Amino acid sequence: MSATDTPANLPAPDATSRRGPWGEVLHSLLRSGTFLTGLGIVLFWVICALFGEHFVPYDPLADDIINALAPPSAEHWFGTDQIGRDVFSRVIVGSRDILTVAPLATLLATVAGTALGLLIGYFRGIVDDIVSRVLEAFMAIPVVIIALLAIVALGTSKITVIVVIGLSFAPIIARTVRSAVLAERELDYVAAAKLRHEGALHTMFVEILPNVIPPILVETTVRLGYAIFAVATLSFMGFGIQPPSPDWGLSISSNYGMIGGGFWWTVLFDALAIASLVIGVNLVADGVHGAFND
Amino acid sequence: MTDKNALELNDLSVAYRVGGRNRAVLRNVSLKIGRGEAYGLVGESGCGKSTVALSVVRYLPRNGSITGGSIALDGQDIMKLDAEALRRARAESVSMVYQDPGKALNPSLRIGRQLTEIFELGGVSGQAASDKAIAMLNRVRISDPVSVMQRYPHQLSGGMQQRVAIAMALANDPSMLILDEPTTGLDATVEAEVLDLIAQLRRELSASILFISHNLAVVSNMCDRVGVLYAGMLVEEGSTKDVFNDPRHPYTVALLRCLPRGGQRKDQGRLDTIPGFLPGIGANITGCAFADRCALATERCRSEPPPLYDLGEGRLSRCHYHDKAQSLPRATPAEIPAAAPKQAPPVLQVEGLNKTYASHGRPLRAVKDVSVSLRPGETLGLVGESGSGKTTFARLLLGLVSPDEGGSIELEGRELAPRLANRTEDQVKAVQIVFQNPDSALNRSHSIRHILSRALKRLGGLTGRTLDTRLEELVRSVRLTDRHLAVKPRQLSGGLKQRVAIARAFAGDPRIVVCDEPTSALDVSVQAAILNLLADLQSKQDVSYIFISHDLGVVRYLSDKIAVLYLGRIMEFGPSEAVFSGPHHPYTEALLSAVPKLDRMESSRIRLDGEIPSAANPPTGCVFHTRCPRKIGAICETQEPELIEAEPGHTIRCHIPFEELARLQKPKALEPA
Repeated sequence: MSATDTPANLPAPDATSRRGPWGEVLHSLLRSGTFLTGLGIVLFWVICALFGEHFVPYDPLADDIINALAPPSAEHWFGTDQIGRDVFSRVIVGSRDILTVAPLATLLATVAGTALGLLIGYFRGIVDDIVSRVLEAFMAIPVVIIALLAIVALGTSKITVIVVIGLSFAPIIARTVRSAVLAERELDYVAAAKLRHEGALHTMFVEILPNVIPPILVETTVRLGYAIFAVATLSFMGFGIQPPSPDWGLSISSNYGMIGGGFWWTVLFDALAIASLVIGVNLVADGVHGAFND
Repeated sequence: MTDKNALELNDLSVAYRVGGRNRAVLRNVSLKIGRGEAYGLVGESGCGKSTVALSVVRYLPRNGSITGGSIALDGQDIMKLDAEALRRARAESVSMVYQDPGKALNPSLRIGRQLTEIFELGGVSGQAASDKAIAMLNRVRISDPVSVMQRYPHQLSGGMQQRVAIAMALANDPSMLILDEPTTGLDATVEAEVLDLIAQLRRELSASILFISHNLAVVSNMCDRVGVLYAGMLVEEGSTKDVFNDPRHPYTVALLRCLPRGGQRKDQGRLDTIPGFLPGIGANITGCAFADRCALATERCRSEPPPLYDLGEGRLSRCHYHDKAQSLPRATPAEIPAAAPKQAPPVLQVEGLNKTYASHGRPLRAVKDVSVSLRPGETLGLVGESGSGKTTFARLLLGLVSPDEGGSIELEGRELAPRLANRTEDQVKAVQIVFQNPDSALNRSHSIRHILSRALKRLGGLTGRTLDTRLEELVRSVRLTDRHLAVKPRQLSGGLKQRVAIARAFAGDPRIVVCDEPTSALDVSVQAAILNLLADLQSKQDVSYIFISHDLGVVRYLSDKIAVLYLGRIMEFGPSEAVFSGPHHPYTEALLSAVPKLDRMESSRIRLDGEIPSAANPPTGCVFHTRCPRKIGAICETQEPELIEAEPGHTIRCHIPFEELARLQKPKALEPA
């Protein structure tokens, strides 16, 4: 080091700064049992959705009336349903629709919610007051009622489900983003941007947005869990994914009358599939939350 | 010193486990604190001061471990204590006071509950415990203990909170009191009160004190002996007077030279600095830890670790050349680029500026009727306690908040719009700011290159090749290099970050730069380098500064004019020398008296009682009358004095005539402040 007032040398980087902030997060995620377990479960279902049809023993849509309502056996691991379709094959392939619809709905919610949250958090004042009240009113309406209205207006389709769930989750994400932005906008770099006459859009999206990504990521993973649940619920009620898809919620809906007859296998495995996916996503969300808040 | 020492560290080594490796933080630290003695531990951040404190009470964080040596409290080896005995030792013989009293007190319990709890743990209950708590509060000079007992921590001011924390620490009459930066973050006036209190308590109690601070002046006023820590090693020890007046380690020598002392000013020479950086924690040190930064270092220093030489009279120095330490050459030449003072028309003219906020339906006058003027190349220092309106005034200038109707701000003869959005591009780039905290001021998601390029683009109107050329110049002008451009702010040290912030402010060739406590988050050696940089940039570019700082030594070094603010009003305004050397306003006098100084033992002191009143409900008459040590009578309470020109260019807002102030303050005025 030179003996002048020229600190030309960076201090030797220590272990914590060699990895960037994102490297730091990744490092702690990969050491989190919660996250890895959740990721394992989710990856299992993703693989089933992508390639399931190639390795399932039966065509999930092929009926076989003679073998209807067969209990679990070596031939049909999870038994068959009322028209003889193989439950195991249906559960494996049934992840496909829910794993398309729920993530897309969450993505829509995140994009819309983030934009809205940035807007009301940054401008505050009257904009915030009005939009926040509207959002609260919106959040008070159950998803099912919104779905009913949307179906009347738009008809049933996957797009409708995505839009309904996306828009009903957007206010929740908007609120999370808003509170993060409220803290962020008080920092001096925002004042510094004003002192450069930066426009509001630049300040919101270039200056503030990168710094509120962590809470957005956490909220998004949490929302994904709820979205899966919501898709299953809507499908169960008949507003969601339509037959002949082997979707879990739909299968439960068409078979739950059978439980009374002792044909539990027609419902149980679909229910377990939904539960395991929701748990898996929630474990991932827990892990992400932990990694950002250590 | 008596037979048994209150605290004895023998070859204490502590390591933190980071990234799977044990990194040494303390290296064979040995020290003894005798009964009733106050021992000061000084050093820059990262040198291991707080680790010493935490080790003594065995409160090291989970990744920290004592890797060698021993710690004895009252002759009792605390490393050998089991959990129960350790708990008893913490409860009975050692107490700690932390830097931030707001965090040390439980926000959801009343003060009374928190205090009596300590006595209840000791077996006293009910009324007896509460009586003891009241006695304790009396002891720390809290005037109305019964009502304070009923309050929650947030209802007390910072100074009061720290008194309560001290009361809690003293509750069980500990034999060892550890104070870890107890006054950092408090206003100078409050700091002075708390230090006075600690000094008085020392006389009343038998407790020994381990006083940890980065502030050399505070330690020099409070302690009998002092130890200097560097890279986890004790590099020098001795009586406070000896160490500060006759340092025997180049690090201590250099540290003392970094402080602006004895009223030093920017036109009298640059401050000295310490080149290079503290070795990182766990660094492998062969030879002397300071060798890399020491101009006296020889081959021997780099290869042979110096032992702690005993220099007699209780003095120790870890330097092979301790007898030559004071001949350490300056790291920064003292000479300054000649700047011809000129009588240019003012660059800034502020007339009758007011800012009123609404607070619970009542007007809160944050800035009242402030008028100042500033010429190119001059620095206006703003001083006053927190809540005096310094920062609000700066924000008014910047246009970040808009002033009340009526006042005017003129920049180079042209009226500045009150709102930033209505100012022209030229006016926007002409007034910039260096914030106090670079972590908040620099966007942590952006690289240094992005931050500076954006500023050059928006403020300098540059693009493409010209932008790159100017970027290189700008980076060099704040003494950074290209290598710093690629990194994110978090990869830079505090001082380097502040250089980036300065570069950003200078991107558009500003006329005025507001510096809001730009060095208060930095260590003294880094502070010196930043002050030098600001002074150099000013003499080169003829820029004017509005310099806000609670450190009067720093303000004095950089300022040509001083405005003393109290409750949003200017109490005194004038050339820096006139304001500092006096005669001055009684408030200025009190502020100056509150500052702990290295150079002299305290003689006459003026203390302000209590806190600055609320601006929502300012006192009648002279707003300072409630705390004024020189109040003359009813007129102070009924009639607000005018700012009167006492000497050419020097105005004072006081009913006491200037000649009378001169007579009253004579002994002080003669003293070298």
